[in-house]
Amino acid sequence: MWETVNYLLFGWYPYLAVTVLVFGSILRFDRAQYSWRSESSQFLRRKQMLVGSNLFHLGILVILVGHFVGLLTPIAVFEQFGISHTAKQVMAIAVGGIAGIAALIGCSLLLHRRLFDARIRRSSSIGDILVLTLIWVQLIVGIGSFYWTFQALDGHEMVRFMGWAQGLLTFKPDASNLLMETALVYRLHIVIGLTIFLITPFTRLVHVFSAPIWYLFRPGYQVVRSRRGPSQPVQDPFGGAVSGAVSIGRAQAESAQ
Amino acid sequence: MRVRAQIGMVLNLDKCIGCHTCSITCKNVWTNREGVEYAWFNNVESKPGIGYPKDWENQSRWKGGWVRKANGRIEPKIGAKWRVLAKIFANPDLPEIDDFYEPYTFEYAWLQKAPELQAQPSAKPRSLITGEVMNKIEWSGNWEDDLGGEFERRSQDHNFEGIEKEIYGQFEKTFLMYLPRLCEHCLNPSCVASCPSGAIYKREEDGIVLIDQEKCRGWRMCVSGCPYKKIYYNWSSGKSEKCIFCFPRIEAGQPTVCSETCVGRIRYLGVMLYDADRIEEAASVENPQSLYESQLSIFLNPRDPEVRKQALADGVPEEWLDAAILSPVYKMAMEWKVAFPLHPEFRTLPMVWYVPPLSPIQSAAEAGKISAKNGMPDIESLRIPMRYLANMLTAGEEAPIISALKRMLAMRAFMRAKTVDGRLDEGIAQEVGLTALQVEEMYRYMALAAYEDRYVIPTSHREVDENAYHLRGSGGFAFDEPTNGATKTNLFGGAKRTPRKPYMDVPL
Repeated sequence: MWETVNYLLFGWYPYLAVTVLVFGSILRFDRAQYSWRSESSQFLRRKQMLVGSNLFHLGILVILVGHFVGLLTPIAVFEQFGISHTAKQVMAIAVGGIAGIAALIGCSLLLHRRLFDARIRRSSSIGDILVLTLIWVQLIVGIGSFYWTFQALDGHEMVRFMGWAQGLLTFKPDASNLLMETALVYRLHIVIGLTIFLITPFTRLVHVFSAPIWYLFRPGYQVVRSRRGPSQPVQDPFGGAVSGAVSIGRAQAESAQ
Repeated sequence: MRVRAQIGMVLNLDKCIGCHTCSITCKNVWTNREGVEYAWFNNVESKPGIGYPKDWENQSRWKGGWVRKANGRIEPKIGAKWRVLAKIFANPDLPEIDDFYEPYTFEYAWLQKAPELQAQPSAKPRSLITGEVMNKIEWSGNWEDDLGGEFERRSQDHNFEGIEKEIYGQFEKTFLMYLPRLCEHCLNPSCVASCPSGAIYKREEDGIVLIDQEKCRGWRMCVSGCPYKKIYYNWSSGKSEKCIFCFPRIEAGQPTVCSETCVGRIRYLGVMLYDADRIEEAASVENPQSLYESQLSIFLNPRDPEVRKQALADGVPEEWLDAAILSPVYKMAMEWKVAFPLHPEFRTLPMVWYVPPLSPIQSAAEAGKISAKNGMPDIESLRIPMRYLANMLTAGEEAPIISALKRMLAMRAFMRAKTVDGRLDEGIAQEVGLTALQVEEMYRYMALAAYEDRYVIPTSHREVDENAYHLRGSGGFAFDEPTNGATKTNLFGGAKRTPRKPYMDVPL
């Protein structure tokens, strides 16, 4: 019985969640880009936003990168560089701990204003509140798991999770067996995490895919759109090539407002 | 030289009566939706006052527009690109909705449905965001209407810089003018520059600045970037919105709604030709007081055969060049020099210009003592301080404002001599550097202001600009058109397409 549940949650559920995440997001981007936005509430209430949002986002970004690097880098790579499991575990605790606490403080501030500020509460969808609550719980569980991690500083639990994640990545759902013996708190953390993946395409979380780093590479500052065909390219007024699309067909030009 | 055309606007503040018809008609057409109840693409401010949103002219607070760096280049005042991205999680320069106002309505239905009560029923205000009763409305879109509120607060107006403002708090010395404001559709827009998504763009064919609602991700940097605070964050849709210069009307050759409905006939729309290669140069001159002149210097004379030739080569339709010759905007800005850009020191090269208002003389009792010429008072005795107008329209340079007001006074004196005394006094015109013919033309455009003279708008030439073959069967203007924003790959396979060969007539 428990084997089946374990297999469903850690062998199958990850594939379901990631599939929905990937295809759901592509579908939404393709079909309903108008709904693709960050939905910032800063304009309605500035209070708690500057500290809360910055702490939260920076913390979460560090944690996200940390999880991917930590879980998906093959163990052989760490051995190559002579990093022991204990060292890696301690590093994970240090970086994850600092970032996690920063994110938790930020998330708590954001959740507080979302729930108790009338303006934000009234303009929140169920999804907005659900997402923030899930992330808050996830941060609590993640930081709470340190209690068990401190009892496994040799990193043997960590190695299991790496084996599991890399097993799934190489299409071996049986890797879920690795988690049978691990502490419950980690497994709860994983299930919540996968659930956040699962609901991402249906919530504001899609804005993470739109991090506008391309802005840094825009030639000049201005964007000019022309209706003329590609035979007559438009130039940026600041001398560079036109930014954005070189020339835009009518359907796109008209899509503004 | 690269010639581009833009539909520009001039507002003759001398004739604005502050009736707000422009704001209301605009609102009814474009912002009568949830999320933008607080937004007025067009609003009319009473000056002096801090305006809407509060203190919008103070860029040390809101960081809008551009700054010139030590190396002579300009960058958005909110910062270079990496600085903009660093503010993306929480933008310290973003106004809050309370800086505009919390939108509200009243419980009108209660007035009809209330049962028999001891006291008369009253319609309580309710917030359009929370739905809660608002005990006291603290601010609104036009809170300072007709000098409403105490002078202490209104005198925070940024245009009082360099003026001993205390005396204007006195009843006898006070002054009032109206300032209708809309998006400036700048030549060097800082909203476009600060949008990390690249969703805001300037249209090449008519210069209208628009926000691509599909591409906007709600990073809200444009709200900070625009020094005129004319980009509004729709808290409901999570997208930014702005004045669209009524582009569906402009394309059809009709004036914008605000212009069409202007009771005082103060608005003018016309084509301006400019040299797109010199935008950055014009926006980067060192002295802010030179920005007015530098913007004038990139406007091109539509009568110049060289300009015409280059314009045709650059794809400006001939009809637009003819319209540029008749453009009332060109006449007022370039020929008579009576129109000025609003706050050129923001370095955005705005394209909605203003004719400064004349004002009553300081004191009627002293009227006899004031030097008068041809029955018109001396410019220095007007109530609105020259410096105030200059701070608003020429970055503090008074000479062009004085010259414009003198020309407007001369126009009155000239026409008075002509119609009352029956004499053509060429001298009055010459004194302000104009000819009698020019003054009569000014009178025709600025005093009579016939519809055909105010609005010279060529229709857009889609038949030239685009391939109609792509358009047949499309839905035109719509939010949820299935093809809009669609990526090129279709998850569901899509239609089969003819393999394209050279010279085959199939859409791209």
